[in-house]
Parts: sequence; structure tokens; C-alpha cells
Amino acid sequence: MSEDMESVEDFRARARTWIKANLGPMLGWDMSQHCENDEEENKAVARDRALQRKLYDGGFAGICFPKEYGGLGLTPDHNRAFNEELAGHEYPSRLSVPTFSPCASTLLEWATPEQKAMHLPAILKGDEVWVQLLSEPGGGSDVAGISTGAVRAKDSGANGDWILNGSKVWTSRAWWADWGLILVRTNWDVPKHQGMSVFIMPLQQPGVEIHRIERLNGESEACQEFFTDVRIPDSDRLGEVDAGWTIGQRWMYHERLGHNSPYVTHPIGLKQAGPLEPSTVAIARKAGRLGDPAAHELIGEHRALGIVTQQLQRRIAAAAGKGNTDLSSVDRLFRGVASARRSTIAFELAGSGASVWDEDEENATEAVGMNFLMRQVGSIGGGTTEISRNVVAERVLGMPREPSGDKGVAFRDVQRGPKRG
Amino acid sequence: MLHELTSDQDMLRDTTARFLSDRVPLSKLRKDRDDPAGFSAAYWADGAQLGWTSLLVGEDDGGGSVSGNGAVDLSLIAYEFGKHAAPGPLVDCNVVASALSNQMGAGQNGELQRAVLQDLLTGAGIATSCLGAAPWLPDSGATITIRKNGDDVVIDGSVRPVESGMQAGHFLVTGRSEGGMTQVLVPSSTPGLTIKPLKAIDVTRRFARVDFASVRAPASALIGAFGGAGAQVSRQIQNAAVMLSAESVGAMDAAFDMTVDWAFNRYTFGRALASYQALKHRFADMKSWLEASHAVSDAAAEAVGGQTALAAETASAAKSYIGEQGVELAQDCVQLHGGIGVTYEHDLHFFLRRVTLDRLLYGTPAEHRRMIAAMQINQEQAA
Repeated sequence: MSEDMESVEDFRARARTWIKANLGPMLGWDMSQHCENDEEENKAVARDRALQRKLYDGGFAGICFPKEYGGLGLTPDHNRAFNEELAGHEYPSRLSVPTFSPCASTLLEWATPEQKAMHLPAILKGDEVWVQLLSEPGGGSDVAGISTGAVRAKDSGANGDWILNGSKVWTSRAWWADWGLILVRTNWDVPKHQGMSVFIMPLQQPGVEIHRIERLNGESEACQEFFTDVRIPDSDRLGEVDAGWTIGQRWMYHERLGHNSPYVTHPIGLKQAGPLEPSTVAIARKAGRLGDPAAHELIGEHRALGIVTQQLQRRIAAAAGKGNTDLSSVDRLFRGVASARRSTIAFELAGSGASVWDEDEENATEAVGMNFLMRQVGSIGGGTTEISRNVVAERVLGMPREPSGDKGVAFRDVQRGPKRG
Repeated sequence: MLHELTSDQDMLRDTTARFLSDRVPLSKLRKDRDDPAGFSAAYWADGAQLGWTSLLVGEDDGGGSVSGNGAVDLSLIAYEFGKHAAPGPLVDCNVVASALSNQMGAGQNGELQRAVLQDLLTGAGIATSCLGAAPWLPDSGATITIRKNGDDVVIDGSVRPVESGMQAGHFLVTGRSEGGMTQVLVPSSTPGLTIKPLKAIDVTRRFARVDFASVRAPASALIGAFGGAGAQVSRQIQNAAVMLSAESVGAMDAAFDMTVDWAFNRYTFGRALASYQALKHRFADMKSWLEASHAVSDAAAEAVGGQTALAAETASAAKSYIGEQGVELAQDCVQLHGGIGVTYEHDLHFFLRRVTLDRLLYGTPAEHRRMIAAMQINQEQAA
């Protein structure tokens, strides 16, 4: 720490004063990010951009970003102090993840000075909202098995433009985002991990079609993007050609950090203002089962699983602090299975009442029955529990690896569908 | 078990681990299944010297913890008990010792209490708990009633299972009275008290039924106020839940390690069991239960020892989660062993027995869940 750097406590005091004077109370949609419709969501996004600008103008944006790119050049402890003071106040929640982490964090590590100068100040001012373009329709868990590709344009030279074709999927909120960080295949003649590159690209441009994916509960935040001959200048390449997996691994590290990243502005120590889901006690009361010992057993099991989940996270974070990061797969597996069980318990408690809801009291995505229909999301998103079971068995317990059909094989020759004829 | 132990804690744990390996190896336990006590008086007295019964007892009363949190220290001993399927009434002796020590603090104890606590600390005597009423039971579910009669109290009813009932010199009896729960300390030789040994699912520990036919005890033998023992009983159950949870985690670790070894060494159709994805996934699930059990067991010890606001809830979360998942894990280990897993010759059954028994003592998973629910409902009504 340099001599003239503001102390964390001085910074905290200054942040507290500024936050109290400039930021209103946190709103429901800050935590849940739930909006009733697109019109409301557009308003929420505009407000978040304005809030980010307010942070920037107030001198509190990009606390850990270098000064030369519009940040404050301070430490993670300063960021943490700000986040603690932020609890209970409004903040640009839609920009924290994925714009700041993993996107801006990955730019900080891998972008050229020109790329940084172009984008980091714009991000800090709320002018650019970013998304990550990673998963593909061809396979979720096999991240490196992507087939969206970029080739050099025929009309350009060795440092010329790239032409991108393919599709990415499960991109949250891409429909109102500005820029994307994208992992694509640039070499089909080497094994899969060796032939990928990373680019950055504007999302709202010809050749990019963004479709909304409606999920079974009616919500449609996730998107699928289709790329048809999208032209990308070589100056929008991140890192070396074919070095995409090296960048990708750091990118996914920043993705896992999420709200805990030192680059993210996100309140800490916040008790959720209005919980998204009704409590099991409230569900049982509504179903007239508060006197039923069987209902009590379910309420207790639900709560116990919540405590166990929390304590397991704490244990595994402690192990990670000592260098054992493979155990995070145990956490992921447990959370998936426990969240499915908790959703089932809420559903059981509600009885036949779970089949319907009153629009005046609940919205569709919060209703117990709808949550039950969406139960498996917790075991799918962010890598399925099946993959995490493989990781636990192989990396934690040291059991033999599953045979793979793509090891050491040029990606071009990897079988990607059933053999015909 | 905790990731980080102080060197004193690790010495405490390691000393007990080596003592148990030396004095009660499974080969001995297998042979001792018909021994009336299941362990020798010397074993228990030597174990007491290692601190087995003193960690929840205040320093003024001759006890003391290693780290400042006696429940955490004791959970390390309990863990090793589970890992070695060790015999002896660790849980009950500590529950009674802690109850007596707390009374001393309240300046309420007479000669009887002092003598019993002293014997517990040295391992010269055994005192166990007769839980004839419990917070998860309705008043009508109590199996012991305690009423006042002149200067005495009179105990009626019956309790089973009572650990080491035939070996115990004293019982801490919990019963229902007018106005609430009452606890009283009685010598096992008191007239009207009869003890019948029972068969039990665990081959290393012994249980009995204790019947009380108008058993009289002087008011001076009361632990806590007549009709006012509810809070201390809850505290005793939390201590027991911490020990039983840690013990089960030790037994789960032993069963799991044994089964992982088996998976690497057992070949079928020309390959190790550990190479089958169907089995790998089951091992992964078991590993997640095991880590979760360690985590919540440690959290319960920390909370109960520190008497935090979350102590009761965390203890019941540990007892119910581990009670259920510990047994599931052990049964899965049996399944993955195949036929050999249900033989007496194999070691696995010691740990299956241990987790199954631990699940049933001091409140089943269902009973602890109902207690958590009651706390949740109270909280929401208060809010």
C-alpha cells in the first residue's frame, strides 16, 4: 500500500456519508431482479445505468480498478468497506454480475491498454452493460466442446477481420445488454482445449439475432443468440489466437467469484428485505396445517437443510482458503440436491393449494407450485449435479476418470452426433 | 471434524484415538459382545484420566476444557468414539456431569451431587440419564412422573433405553410433574428401583430398562427446581446432540473410508468397482453427506459450547440431519460391499450399528425437526 493511499476507515467514513446523502433505500427489484414485464425491466435497467453513473460521478465507481481507466486504484478491503456501507441502499444490481464479474474482471486481466481504455471507463460510467457468451445449444457442461467458430475473412490479411458463425445460449438478459465476451473455436485441427479464442463484440448489430427463451414458469430472461457472418475486427480479439482456454479458465474463475469479486459493488451483510419465497411456516398456515405434527417435521427438515447448506459452504470456503478448491464440487452437488428437497417440502406443505395462486397476492415466479415445477434448475444451472458427481469422484476421491471420446483428437474429428448409415 | 485444531485440541483427540486403538480394537469388541458391561472398569477410569468426562465441567468443580469451548473439545473425543466404535457411556456420563456442575454453580448441590460428580470425573463411578420426559413429547407422552410427598419426591414409571443401566451407580431421572419437568438424582440401589438388562442393536454398548415403583428421594436430591427443569433438560439434550452427532460423523468416516478402499480393491468384470460411473456417483453423494455432516456437527458444537442464540436450532439440525443421513450412508456402504457387508466377521456392522443407535438416542430426526419447527413458529409469531 502506498503512503498516500486513503486508509480503509477514512474511506469507509467518506463512503457512508456519501451513500446516505445520495442513495435511496433498496427496492424489491434490486435483490430479486424480478420485473413484471419488459417495460418495467427497461425502466429498471435505465435506473441501474443512472445509479452506476451516480457512483462514478460521486467518485465511488470501480474501487479496485486502476486510476488510468477511471477507477480508484484502491484495495479489496476498500471495496468491502464500501459494500458493507451499501447494505440497505439502492445500487445498480443488474450491472454487478455479469458486467463487473466476470466480464470487466476478465478484461482487466487480458485486454490490451487500448481495449481497456475503450471499455473500462464506459463500464464504470454505466454506458456499457456486458454479458458472457459461453454455453452453446450443443452441450452445457462440456464447456470446451463449443462449435461456434470464427475464421479470418477471405478479403483480409493476417491481422484482418474475423467472421463469426454459430449460436450461444442461456445468456441472461442479453436482450438489453451492449457488449459480449465470447469464447469461439478458431482451430479445428487440434484437440478441443487448444483451438479456442476469446473476442469481445457489440450485441446490437446486424448478423446477431437475440431470441428470448421462455422458461416453463413464464419468465424469459435467458436468451439465445444466433450469429450469421458477424464481422469482428482483429482489434477486438482478447489475448492470443487459440489461447482461449487459458483465458476461459480465468474467466470462469471470475464467474464463480460472482458477487464476492473485489471488482463488484454489491451490498454485504444484508438481510434479505423481502424474501423471494414465503416461509414454510406461512405456507403451512395458509394450508391450515400449523397444528399437524407431520407438517412440523417438514418445516423442521426444511430449516435444518438450510442450516446444513450454510455450514457446508462455510466449511468448504475454509478449505478453499487453504488451497483445496476441488471441494467446491461437493458444495455444488449438495446445494443442488438440498434445494430440490427444500422445494419439494414447500410443495408438500402447501397441499392442493400449490396448484393455484391469486395474482393479487403472488406473482407466477414466486408461487409454491411454480417453484416446484422449476425445482431442477438448482441442479442444472452452473454445471449439472451429474458433472459435479464426476468431479467429486475423480478429483476428490481419486477414482478413475470417465472415458472420453475427444482426448487428444483434433476437434474436427470428434464425434458430435450419432453415426449415420 | 474441524479443519483447524489447536495443538492442544489435536493432542486431546490423538491421545484418545491411540488409547482406543490400543485398548478396544474391533477384534476385542467382536469377542466382548456377551460381556455384561462391554468394557472394563480400568478402561473407563483410564479414559477419564484423558479428560473424557471433565470437559463440560467447570474448573471450580474439578473439570475444565482445553480450548475454552468444552463442547467442541468433547466433540473431538466423541468423534474418535464413533470412529473406533468404542464402548462406554460417554454421552450420558457427560450429560450428568455437566448437569451437576451447572448446579454447583447455582450453589444448590449437596453431598450426594458432589460425590457423584467426583466419581464421574475420576471414572470410578458411572451415572446415566433416565429420560422419562422430553421437550418433543406431549405431557401425556411422559413415561415418568415425579410428585411431591412431604419433604420427599416420589418417582413412578419406567424408562427404556437407559445406557449402562446395570453399571450405573446413579441415575439422573427426568419426569413430568405438575407445572413442568423435574430432575432428581437417585442411587441405583434405592428401594423400589429395578433394572432389567435389555438386548440392543449395538454390540459394544449396553442398555437396560429402569422401573420406578414409588421410589422416594429427598428434596435435596433434586437437580434444579421442582417442576422447573425444562430449560436444563433442553441444554442436556443439546449437549447430547453434539456428542451423538460427532460420534456418528466418526462412524460415518470409518464406514466410508472402508468402502472407498473396497471400491479400489474389488474387481469385477475385469475392472475396479471405483471405475463404474453408477457407483462413482453414489460415492460422490455419500461424500457430500459426509462433508455436510462434518460441517453441521462442528457448527453445533461451537454454538452449544458458546451458548449462542442459535444453539438449540443448530444442535437439532445436526442431530436430525446426521441421524438420517448417517444411517443412509452406512446402509449404502453395506450395499456397495455386497453380501460380505452383512456378515458379523466384517467390520462394517460396528459402524452401521453405531449410527443407527445414535440416531435413536436423545430424540429421533422427526422429534428434533418438530422442535426446530416449534422454534420457527415462535419466531414468526414474535416477529
